[in-house]
Order: sequence, then structure tokens, then C-alpha cells
Amino acid sequence: MAKITLDDIGKIYPDGTRAVGHVNLDIQDGEFLVLVGPSGCGKSTILRMIAGLEEITEGKLYIGDQLVNDVPPKDRDIAMVFQNYALYPHMSVFDNMAFGLKLRKMPKEEIKRRVLEAAETLEITEFLDRKPKALSGGQRQRVAMGRAIVREPKAFLMDEPLSNLDAKLRVQMRTELSLLHKRLGTTTVYVTHDQVEAMTLGHRVAVLRAVSPQRPYNLQQVAPPTELFNEPVNLFVAGFIGSPAMNMVYGHLEADGDTVWAVFAGNRVKVDPVALERHPGIDERMGDRLVLGIRPGNFEAASHVAGADPDKQIEVNVEVTEMLGNETFVHFLLDEEPVMTPDIQELLGAAAEEEAVMGHKTQFTARVSPDVPVTAGDRLALVIDTAKMHFFDPTHGVRIGATPPPGMEAMVQS
Amino acid sequence: MTAGATSLRRRSRSRRTPAGAAISVLLWGYAVVVIAPLMLVVFNSMRPTREIFRDPIALPGSINLDSYVTAWNEASFSTYFWNSLFITVASVVLATATSVMAAYVLGRYRFRGSSVLAIFFLSGLLLPFRLAILPLFLLLQNLGLVDTRAGLILVYAATGIPFSVFILSAYFRQLPGELTEAARIDGANEFVIFGRVMFPLVRPALATVAVFQFVPLWNDFFFPLVLLRSSEKWTLPVGMTRFFGEFQTDWSTLFAGILITTLPLVALFLVATKQIIAGLTAGVGKI
Repeated sequence: MAKITLDDIGKIYPDGTRAVGHVNLDIQDGEFLVLVGPSGCGKSTILRMIAGLEEITEGKLYIGDQLVNDVPPKDRDIAMVFQNYALYPHMSVFDNMAFGLKLRKMPKEEIKRRVLEAAETLEITEFLDRKPKALSGGQRQRVAMGRAIVREPKAFLMDEPLSNLDAKLRVQMRTELSLLHKRLGTTTVYVTHDQVEAMTLGHRVAVLRAVSPQRPYNLQQVAPPTELFNEPVNLFVAGFIGSPAMNMVYGHLEADGDTVWAVFAGNRVKVDPVALERHPGIDERMGDRLVLGIRPGNFEAASHVAGADPDKQIEVNVEVTEMLGNETFVHFLLDEEPVMTPDIQELLGAAAEEEAVMGHKTQFTARVSPDVPVTAGDRLALVIDTAKMHFFDPTHGVRIGATPPPGMEAMVQS
Repeated sequence: MTAGATSLRRRSRSRRTPAGAAISVLLWGYAVVVIAPLMLVVFNSMRPTREIFRDPIALPGSINLDSYVTAWNEASFSTYFWNSLFITVASVVLATATSVMAAYVLGRYRFRGSSVLAIFFLSGLLLPFRLAILPLFLLLQNLGLVDTRAGLILVYAATGIPFSVFILSAYFRQLPGELTEAARIDGANEFVIFGRVMFPLVRPALATVAVFQFVPLWNDFFFPLVLLRSSEKWTLPVGMTRFFGEFQTDWSTLFAGILITTLPLVALFLVATKQIIAGLTAGVGKI
């Protein structure tokens, strides 16, 4: 086991395009770090550079205390689990798991001991004589995991290992992975585009974004899951983490004596002082145009909150409802043009144009109790937990009072 | 397995339509045209020549293998047979072994000049080797390889390489790259990756290219005729010319000789068809 240090790592392809820039990460010994981001954000490239499958063109990579930039993969003492499992089709499960150990000239008894032990942990002992093609997806996944475990490496690198499994199995394997990591305590770097996987598995999560010529930096925020959720550093992270996504609307704050009001799309709600404390320097932004963020979970039907503060309520026309059993999502529109910063455009991708067609309406989603009797067309009073409101700068999308992500400092200062 | 099942289903479905029935009739008719003369050869090789002259088309009264013994011993078919077998097998092994290594590099690595090299190999497919017989003969003569089995084997191997490299490199290219990467992380160097991971996976393709080389070489008449002088080195097709002259009137032996020549090919197809189908259906896919 070892820590992994990425010191200003970058990758420029021979044709001059940059995939990765200025990535600084200190992955602690035994930590489970998740790299998450939409496709094209460079997460797999970073993982492959740690593995040694991709050449590092900038910066320094340390595994333990050893500089490994020029060390071939086999000498880095890491094990990798691939998205397509990459099992050797002509070898039995046993041989698949033993291959790496055989190549390292380990004594036969030791190989057998390790493989059997790993097979037991993963509950694949009965399949040891089978070929991969006689296994189901989940079983192949376990074999791939077993191949990594038997090596007892310094670190596990996992490249979207669950994305080829069906939804139910994925949830199950996610739990098992978590337990496995608790048992083995091996440093793990895990790549995924699924924010649920990122939130449930990671000790810390690094949110990445594709580089651009103006902003050759991938890292947006590296933090424990709750911090990412509660204090996203910019609109990109805010929009990526959380499902359904955070609601965002243009608006401004008004100070009226000791009370601060949030004004947006013809609504006026009292902002809880806690929210203001979480945004240092917000006092200087009174009256400025801001992006207000409210997570769907911070709404509730006013009828279902005892003593709901009338100053924290808005009335909406319900467009669509989705009943999911233990919660209901209510979709409604606000009379304001949709928030469209570069962050949001990048997150939405092709959907951004659709959003633009919608014109001067902002879509909102609220989560309410399942027993709220609501259907499309209803008028509904919603109360907002304004202590959990988020405020962002509308030009560069950085959260008010937050340390901007690397590469965005200059924009924030100007 | 699935591919086999689908083709079976498709066939039974096509039989039910009139077009399908017509195709079946056509194919069966063709099969009869091909098989009938072959059966004639088989039957007549087991009958004495006198009987054949009396009644050319008839079942053998009793199974009589004398003509095979005559062909094998007196007409030197044993010599020709072993020559053919040795030369063909050696050529195929040499060409395939060379091709598989070249194809691996061409199919899986990109380096300066790799595409030029690939085109160089493929250009062999465009060359009619028989037109190059004169320079080839002079080359072999200078190397002292005319009238040697080694010379013929080298020529044959060279003719087989372009096609084999073509097929094998395409096969190598479609193997998932993650396998190589997994092996590399497992601690394998390039030779181990080739020998223990990639090579076993192209075995079905190896069977295909081996068969495709074997058949034309086994049947080839031209190169041994030009390059081999001494009769004890002759292969079956060349040997048969002398045999035809000698045994013009001994039809029974003649038929037996033809059958001895054909049997290895029949056997090869029986074995290799299975191999090729296995290769096509097993594939590698997403494993």
C-alpha cells in the first residue's frame, strides 16, 4: 500500500491537443479516491497515466516516494480493473488470476493459496475451472477484481468497472466493492461518470472537467462527498453532483435592515442567516445579479410543514409530477431566462440548445412528500429551506466566497 | 454456437419459400454433378481394368485394393506422396510462422513506416508469381537451390506470406487492446504478451490461413516442374504426368493414383472446416 502523488500532471498528445492539465492530487495511503466527470473530462487518461499505459508529458507522478514517470507498468506494482474486464479468453478463471503471479515467478503453493483465498472472498471458487465466456457479466467482473486482489499491489486502479453491469447488479457490486475496500484497505483510484457511484464509494471525490485552450485545468473540486454536495465550488460541480440536479435561477439579494431577501422571477423569500454565513463576502454583493441555487430536496409542500414561514414560500403552477413511491418530484417553470453560463453549457452538452429554445422560462424541480396530493395544473405552495441556498457569480460561475478552482483565479479577481 | 443456430434457422426458413426450394434444387443438382465423377473414380479404382473396359459405369463386385498397391509401390506414388507432404507442410509452417509475427507487429503497433511496410507485404498479393519464374529461377540457381526441396519450400513460403499477413493482421487488429494492457500491468513483456496472450487468440485464424495455403501448394504443378529435376524429389502433381504416360491403359491404377492424391485434401477439409467454423463462431468478442 502506498500514497499516490500527482504533481502538476498534464498530457498533451503528439498532435498538440491537450487532454489533461495541471492536475495536483495527494491520494492518501488507503484512501478511496473517485475521479468523476462527464465524458471527455480526462478522468480515464489520468488513470491510465497512473497505470503507466499512457505517457506523462507534464509533471511528476509518485507512487509511495518513488518517482514513476518513466517506470513501466509492470514495475509500478499496481493492479487495474478494466471496464470490459479484459480477461484472457483462452485461460481458465484460475489461470486468469494466477497469470500475473506466475510472471513474477511466485512459488506455486503461494499462487494457489492467494488465488483460492481471493476466489473465496469474491465467491467464485466454483468457477475456477471455467473459461470467461462461460461466466455472466457479474462473475466476470468478480474475476477481474480477483486478478487485481491476488497481486496484493500498492494500489488498485479501476476504470468504470461497474458500467457494463445491469442496474441492479451494479448497486450490489457497489456495496461489495465498498466492503472489499474496507477489508483490504488498499489505496484505490476509481474512475466513473456516475455521480451516484462517486458519492457512495469515495472517501474523497475529484470532479473533473474537460480542458479548454483558455482554461488548461481539469480539476474543479476535490472534497468528501458531503462537502461536494453542500458546498460546490462552482456551477459545474453544483450541476454535476446531485440527482435531480440543483435548480438554478438568476436573481439578486436585497438587504432590509437585518433581513436579507432573495428576489428571483417575481418571488421574494427571506434568506436564512446560515446561508449567508456559508458565503463569505456576500454582503458586498447585495443588489448584484447572482445565480441562486436550490436543491430539489430543499423544497417541501407548505401544507406538510408545521408552522411554515410564509416569508420562505413561493407559489407555483405544477407542470408535471413524478411519483416515485417514497418521494414525489414536482416540475414547474419560473418566469426568468434559463441560467446559461459556460459551466452549464458544458454540462448540458447537446441539451443546451433545447434549453435555449425554451426561451424565457427556467425549469425547476422540487422534491415533496409522497402523500402531497398534487397533479399537473395544480397551484402549489412550496416552502424553501433557505439555510441551504447557494449563491454563485453569474459570469464565471464560482460560488460566492469560495476558493476558485485552479485556473479560474484570474477570472474571479477581475 | 449462436451463429450456427441462426444459420440453421435461416436455412429451414428459406426452404419453405419457393425461391428457397429452387435454391435447394440448384445446390443439390450441383452437388450431384461434382460428386458423380468422384464416385466413379472411387468405384473404378477398386475394379480390375478389364472389367472397367467392359462396363465403365458399375459398382465394384468385390472390394479390390490391388491397384492402390500398384500405384503406391510400382508407380513411385509413395515417393511423390511423402515429397508433397513434406514440402507442403514445411512451406505452410514456415509461411505461417513468419506471417503471424509480422502480422502481430503490423496489426498492433504504429511506428514510422509501419503503413509502408504493410503495403509492401500486401503488394505481394498483386504479383503473379508465375510471371517472375525466370528471375526466381536465376536467383535460386545462384543460391544453389535449384533441384532442392529447400528451394521449393522457400518459394512456396514466400508466395503464402502476403495473404496470411493480410488475414492475420486484420485479426490481430480486432482483438481488444485492453487485453494487452491488462497483460502489461500483470507484468508481461512484449514477447510474453505475444506468445501467451495474443497468439493463442488467433489460433482460429491460423487454421484458416493454413488451409488456404495448403490447398494450392498441394495441387501446384508449375513450380516443382520448373525447379525440380530429379524424379525422386518430385511432388504428386509432377509425378502424375509420368504416371499418366506409363499407365495410360491401366485405368484402375490410374484412378487409385488420383484418389491417393485427393485424399489428403478431403481429410484436411473434413478436419479444418470444423476448425474454421469454430473459429468464426467462437470469436473473441467482448470477453
